[in-house]
Amino acid sequence: MQQIINFIIRYKNFLLYIFLMIVSLGFTIQSHSYHQSRFFNSSNWLTGNILETSNDITSYFGLDDENQKLMDENKLLRKLLFNNDIGDSIPIDSVQRTYTITTGQVIKNSFADPRNYVTIDKGNNDSVKPDMGVITSKGILGIVENTSNNFATVQSILNEKSNINAKIKNTDHFGSLVWDMKRYNVVQLIDIPRLVPLTIGDTIVTGGMSSIFPEGIPVGTIQKFDLNTSKSFYRIDISLFNDMTNIKNIYIVNNKFREEIVELEDLTETDDQ
Amino acid sequence: MISNYYFLNVVRFTLLVLVQVLVFNRLNFFGFINPMVYILFLYWYPIKENRAAFIGLGFLLGVAIDFFSDTMAIHAASTITIAYMRPAIMRFVFGVNFEFQSFKLGNTTRVQQITFLALLIIVHHLVFFTLEIFSLANFLLILKKVFATGTATLILCLLFGSLFSVRKE
Repeated sequence: MQQIINFIIRYKNFLLYIFLMIVSLGFTIQSHSYHQSRFFNSSNWLTGNILETSNDITSYFGLDDENQKLMDENKLLRKLLFNNDIGDSIPIDSVQRTYTITTGQVIKNSFADPRNYVTIDKGNNDSVKPDMGVITSKGILGIVENTSNNFATVQSILNEKSNINAKIKNTDHFGSLVWDMKRYNVVQLIDIPRLVPLTIGDTIVTGGMSSIFPEGIPVGTIQKFDLNTSKSFYRIDISLFNDMTNIKNIYIVNNKFREEIVELEDLTETDDQ
Repeated sequence: MISNYYFLNVVRFTLLVLVQVLVFNRLNFFGFINPMVYILFLYWYPIKENRAAFIGLGFLLGVAIDFFSDTMAIHAASTITIAYMRPAIMRFVFGVNFEFQSFKLGNTTRVQQITFLALLIIVHHLVFFTLEIFSLANFLLILKKVFATGTATLILCLLFGSLFSVRKE
């Protein structure tokens, strides 16, 4: 017993080091295989408020740019509205809508890590929940992963864990959108069969298989494609519409029927087993 | 005097965390270089202090940075590694000298200080990027990031070091 105590006293620094290392590795490895930890993220009260204060100051420098972007988007939407024959009134009845939209602002952005997260200034109080989609005026941004009362973290498409259903515009050939961690303006679309005709410059949009995003949100254009090692599927490099280094105003998309869809899918899966 | 001394370390800790997360985490020089200047805290921390407390503080510092940058506990893991290895690195750089009572970082030569800082940075970045990328298939990517970010960190730390140097007495 004496010897054990002596041993502990003698190596207490080493033991402390090993203990803290195991704690941090535990957190890290757990997040590699599963979701970001509920606790270790920048959507909590303290970090959220500090980042928001910093954003309040710095956001003034980009106001011109942001206003221009919003005007461009309004222009586009106006054009769609005037040229589309949908009658002279738009139904406001929210019961019929599948998707509801919340607006927000990015308060922390990152794009240089293998796992990038974006922090936004909307949370539980604005009824933002995990697994909602986040888009910008130009295209897709990511999926909400954790929320606190006033903030939320978003798993960016520039994240090695990101996996989103996408398809080639005007066809129904769909694949998975992933990122190879190399460049912040290029993501990859995999699992498109080789018989699909592809052209450089084709537009990629989100597919209808996901219960998170509405179908047809723009992603990017085909930059390069080649076959994967098994020679049966394409691996397509897509250059993004979004400039991931410069995002401010975002839209959070909520699919009203997502819970129902997920519940049904879970039920089917448990029945299979 | 003692409270003054603790106060200095607390202020240093807070300022380094804020500077790191609000300025240097957003630098993205060449698209991927984010220097980690908070290592200076471990470089400046007094030598005669309790080692266990030092490792504990290193952990707190790392976790604080992790919270802001959504990196799980990678900063914490690499920071406690250099906190634990600091005496060994110091013995390597300064010889047995540093165990004497009169030893002060300010009294050593410039080359020794830079070597000490560079070794801290290399060990820290190696652990950090290995854990961050987490696959040996991307070994070259790890080395590239260690080298590029390490150089940037070293240059910035030296600049900061000369700006806020510990008073020579």
